[in-house]
Amino acid sequence: MFEYAPAPESRALVTFQSSYGHFIGGKFTKPSNTYQTISPATEEFLAEISTATAKDVDLAVKAARNAYEKVWSKLSGAERGKYLYRIARIIQERARELAIAETLNNGKPIKETRDADIPLVAAWFFYYAGWADKLDYAGLGANPKAHGVAAQVIPWNFPLMMLAWKIAPALAAGNTVVLKPAETTPLTALIFAEICQQAGLPDGVVNIITGFGQTGADLIAHKDVNKVAFTGSTGVGRLIAKQVAGTNKKVTLELGGKAANIVFDDAPLDQAVEGIINGIFFNQGHVCCAGSRLLVQEGIQDELMKKLKRRMETLKLGDPLDKNTDIGAINSKMQLDKITKLVKLGVKEGGEAWAPNCEIPKKGFWYAPTVITGVAPTNTVAREEIFGPVLSVLTFRTPAEAVAKANNTPFGLSAGIWTEKGSRILKVADQLNAGVIWANTFNQFDPASPFGGFKESGYGREGGRHGLLAYLKGDN
Amino acid sequence: MPKKFEPEAMVGGKITNLSLRRWLHSLPGVDKVGLEARAASLGTRSIKTTSKAWALDAAIKMMDLTTLEGMDTPERVRSLCLKALTPDPTDLDCPRPAAICVYGDMVPFAKDALGKSGIYVAAVATAFPSGRASLAVKLQDTKDAVKAGADEIDMVIDRGAFLSGNYLEVYKQIQAVKQACQRKDGSFAHLKVILETGELQTYDNIRRASYLGMIAGGDFIKTSTGKVTVNATIPITLLMLQAVRDWYDQTGIKIGVKPAGGIRTAKDAIKYLVVVKEVAGEGWLTPDLFRFGASSLLNDVLMQRQKLKTGNYSGPDYVTVD
Repeated sequence: MFEYAPAPESRALVTFQSSYGHFIGGKFTKPSNTYQTISPATEEFLAEISTATAKDVDLAVKAARNAYEKVWSKLSGAERGKYLYRIARIIQERARELAIAETLNNGKPIKETRDADIPLVAAWFFYYAGWADKLDYAGLGANPKAHGVAAQVIPWNFPLMMLAWKIAPALAAGNTVVLKPAETTPLTALIFAEICQQAGLPDGVVNIITGFGQTGADLIAHKDVNKVAFTGSTGVGRLIAKQVAGTNKKVTLELGGKAANIVFDDAPLDQAVEGIINGIFFNQGHVCCAGSRLLVQEGIQDELMKKLKRRMETLKLGDPLDKNTDIGAINSKMQLDKITKLVKLGVKEGGEAWAPNCEIPKKGFWYAPTVITGVAPTNTVAREEIFGPVLSVLTFRTPAEAVAKANNTPFGLSAGIWTEKGSRILKVADQLNAGVIWANTFNQFDPASPFGGFKESGYGREGGRHGLLAYLKGDN
Repeated sequence: MPKKFEPEAMVGGKITNLSLRRWLHSLPGVDKVGLEARAASLGTRSIKTTSKAWALDAAIKMMDLTTLEGMDTPERVRSLCLKALTPDPTDLDCPRPAAICVYGDMVPFAKDALGKSGIYVAAVATAFPSGRASLAVKLQDTKDAVKAGADEIDMVIDRGAFLSGNYLEVYKQIQAVKQACQRKDGSFAHLKVILETGELQTYDNIRRASYLGMIAGGDFIKTSTGKVTVNATIPITLLMLQAVRDWYDQTGIKIGVKPAGGIRTAKDAIKYLVVVKEVAGEGWLTPDLFRFGASSLLNDVLMQRQKLKTGNYSGPDYVTVD
């Protein structure tokens, strides 16, 4: 019958160096204290990566401070904007290369890096490039000032996109940065360092250091850092909040989530199924705003679950470089173990787990797309962030019950509402305690739209004018 | 024989305009943005090598090779039929289209040319393409074509009646045409119900019209006449495939889908086949349940087929005009 033949994207466009140092003051340092970074889909070795010590962190912050004092703070907004536009254009020119590199190092499907991640990265730089000479109109009065040196620590789920969310507004506002990518996904950040060189960005404006949690902690603790931006787990977010308490450092934290995706009985069902799939299986569910709790109105539960399972059977899991792959690899062994453990717990607590019959590759880290039905609000899988391709299904009877259950979580990052009734969208959205609410869609991102959470999902906003404000001081 | 199910059981009572309206308006709505996004995402599937070869052959086998012009002549129809019999004279293994689709008065010439080849003759009927004639004229149109030997009848629904909310009228007309499809020996010509989706305009309307076509006894639901501004599109076809899939869940009966008009390239045809596979399922990848209504598609598919076989692009001079 009609089986799709393999359609792998060629790797020829990407050449990794065998080992990488840190990118400090516009140059790569000699590799030191290296570890190996791999492709999670095949466990093959990709490159040696350096681990930054407190001394390396200090050098990077000094380079950023120096660039801030001597060059970057003296440039006009229009000049800063020119560099950002240049970076954005180079990202577009090298988009395919970046997409392949990201897919290799992260394990996510090429379909997503090609059509979502990398286009958004370019869009973020274009958007904030436009702000660089218009800061007077950001709402902080005339001539708002940058903080100085920004320390930025980002996660592994959208490596280059998270870099763009951090670096683009920081530079547009006039800050210089030291950024640490996640230990498992440093490669696109290091290619980005090459792009900074290619764009002729003044030395030290962007510094990239690699390493593990300790490197991140050293960076955030550095006394000459003015602003801290972190995206990652709520646990680490708490440590950072403690660490910077009592200092003058400004902080934004974008942390975990356990979003409710609420489907009312008058929803456009076929599109709701697509939204549920996109909400939880996009990027293997490694998405802080993933729609991981499906709240479905009781009357349509059977019909919706039937449609959802049938749709899940068409998901193609496998080689992330294949253009037809829908579900790629889990990013690390550690994450795979966490997902496996939580699903086991979910079943033990009474949930029923179901996954389509899909072949799991022998090498690499994989988890089949899974749905757990019969979940009660007390179950672990309804409360804890799984950060994997696992959907927990709960039911409700009335809009009030849906809102109560949706809000019954320590998190508050995102939510989805599915109904054909416009007035219900407005009313329910008004009652939901989440930073981002999608109506009849899910996981839509745009650089002009602010993104961020309530409660344990963090504070501060990224994207849009709000995202810019996090990197500026007002007159007062 | 018409397949068996109880329309009254479907709508929950006697068939009246009100009961039809309640039933059709209780179907889940269609979100335009979501539907079109899903269609676009299926359009990015990359179909290569063996799967491409399979898809190109399947596209030919599922084709209703069509000529529907005022200037059609017996000679023109004969020429098209010969093209269907030997699509690619350089490759006698090339599959043949499922059917030739013509106006009713051309059926005898097509039957004559196709003989016992197994290629069906489909005739458009019921005052195609506008459908603006009395029911008596539409039925006579149908009967003439069936009598002349048409294997399949492509009827148009009364869009005026549909858009004015007179679902019962649409339903009754389809049923009447279905009866007119009956041959002397009691068997029925296959009935394709053209919704003319470009005139129904909204996706909600298209979903409702699909269900109306199915409950009234259509064997196929077809998008378009090819005579209006917007003809077949992938989102519309996707929506109709969801309808036949859900109908099968409810009744156990498989209805076919035929996008028609505007499908000109092999690349487009392959996208449609991807949608069939992933929405309705592999069970629909057969000429019995999926057809392309197309006139110029065949030659592009043949060129792609030659390219795949020989590694070289030939060009329009290496495929025959029809």
